Amino acid sequence: MSAIRFDDVWKEYGDHIVLERITMEVEPRAFIALVGPSGCGKTTLLRMLLGEEQPSRGQILVDGKPLLAEPDADRGVVFQRYSVFPHLTVLQNVMLGRELRDAKFIGRLFGAARRAAADDAMKLLAEVGLAGQESKYPSALSGGMQQRLALAQAIMRGPKILLLDEPFGALDPGIRADIHVLMKRLWNETHLTVVMVTHDLSEAFGLATRVIALERSRNRPEERERYGATVSRDLEIFPRRSAELRTTVQPAPAGTTRSGKEHQPGRPGALVLKEQP
Amino acid sequence: MRLVNIRPGRQTRFYLLALPFLLVAIAYFAGSSARLAQNPNDKLLPALPSMVQAVKQMAFEVDPRTGGYLMASDTVASLGRLGSALLISTVAALVLGIVIGLLPGANALLGPFVSVTSMVPPLALLPILFIVMGLGENSKIALIVIGTLPCMIRDLAMKVQELPREQIVKAQTLGASTWQIALRVAMPQTLPRLIDVLRLQLGPAWLFLIAAEAIASDSGLGYRIFLVRRYLAMDVIIPYVAWITLLAFLIDVGLRVLQRKAFPWFASVRAE
Repeated sequence: MSAIRFDDVWKEYGDHIVLERITMEVEPRAFIALVGPSGCGKTTLLRMLLGEEQPSRGQILVDGKPLLAEPDADRGVVFQRYSVFPHLTVLQNVMLGRELRDAKFIGRLFGAARRAAADDAMKLLAEVGLAGQESKYPSALSGGMQQRLALAQAIMRGPKILLLDEPFGALDPGIRADIHVLMKRLWNETHLTVVMVTHDLSEAFGLATRVIALERSRNRPEERERYGATVSRDLEIFPRRSAELRTTVQPAPAGTTRSGKEHQPGRPGALVLKEQP
Repeated sequence: MRLVNIRPGRQTRFYLLALPFLLVAIAYFAGSSARLAQNPNDKLLPALPSMVQAVKQMAFEVDPRTGGYLMASDTVASLGRLGSALLISTVAALVLGIVIGLLPGANALLGPFVSVTSMVPPLALLPILFIVMGLGENSKIALIVIGTLPCMIRDLAMKVQELPREQIVKAQTLGASTWQIALRVAMPQTLPRLIDVLRLQLGPAWLFLIAAEAIASDSGLGYRIFLVRRYLAMDVIIPYVAWITLLAFLIDVGLRVLQRKAFPWFASVRAE
């Protein structure tokens, strides 16, 4: 639940300008989709948000404060690949965030603390549809399951902003549709502001509250180096989407069933007995 | 069918595997019997019975001078040196490899230094070691450490650097400090790779062990074969060489099994 502000951000590598004049406001709990042709700097923008790269000019503010210059626990991330740790089981992958937070020196929990963390992790795994897979290693999971795991792992740590770098780009269409449903639910049930890089336009328009297109304004060969990409389209999705104001991740109340259909505010039948804020 | 498409079956594979060993044995024993037929006292290519006799004497009869079994005490002495040296190398390589591989600053400080030291020919340092540390165990262990450690550090640092950048970033987004990244992300993934690096360094380690024992020692497998060389005792040397080879092979197999059992996730990572 964080507002992000780009204040005239430029990114240059030597003489090569990648991004220029990026100025925009992202409201808390927005779901932003960044689209654009290959090489237009979508991922560079995401890496700057992550703190992995610094803007050459301008600054990025989160909740009014300048962004930390290195990745931290406020910003979760899911990459297209290598997002989960191959040497940890599914359960250990999800528990890792908690263990790192609570055991500063050894990075491991024992006894009651470990059981509590494992219980929370198991609930989250059930939430993302990975119940029963907890003792497998990630290499034994399909691509879609690995991305579900990566989402669960990122959310377990409770980030304010979730950054997604083409997270579903390598998945089959059917599996992608399933994980879109999950993504929407997670966005609704947590406090996340989401920024997603994608080159699938239907995914962008299907999930986001706002689609931002990055494009180079000048594309002649002699101009390419000296003119970077900038925001060329900034589209609010209509009808307007917004996240529900839930306070915690809750399983559906007893006596209700979650329908298979994706949940949309105002559409009956998605969640029976839905409490209104 | 093209040769590239012909895959031997299980049984064929076994015969193919055995063939070169068999050929070497046949060549040896043919040469041996030809020479022994000309001169029954020939010492260069002893026949099987005389080697068996020598092994019996070395391995199963008490040596009147030392009061022990020579082959066993030689083996214990050599493996003791090899083991303690490789233990030092492995632990040091693990720590320094992770530090250099993970921290760009440490890499800038130590990377070039390690690369240069790995180029020093270790045997050229042996006289220095003998002068400084004397002729005892320390100088032999130091030689093996010096001979294996720089390469192990360099290889391991490279393996740490090959970990996907995404993993290091992901760990930070889960709140990990540098120490926690080293402990929970880098080290567990480095351990199986350390076994690979160690296996590669086993050959050099044995080389430096035998060399050090040959020059100044009073026990050990290398000491023994260089001692009996004075009497052209091929009936001792050949079984000893076979025994050393078997030991090296068993250590290698043991490490491979350890890697498979202790790190079940590693096979699929390596396959990628």
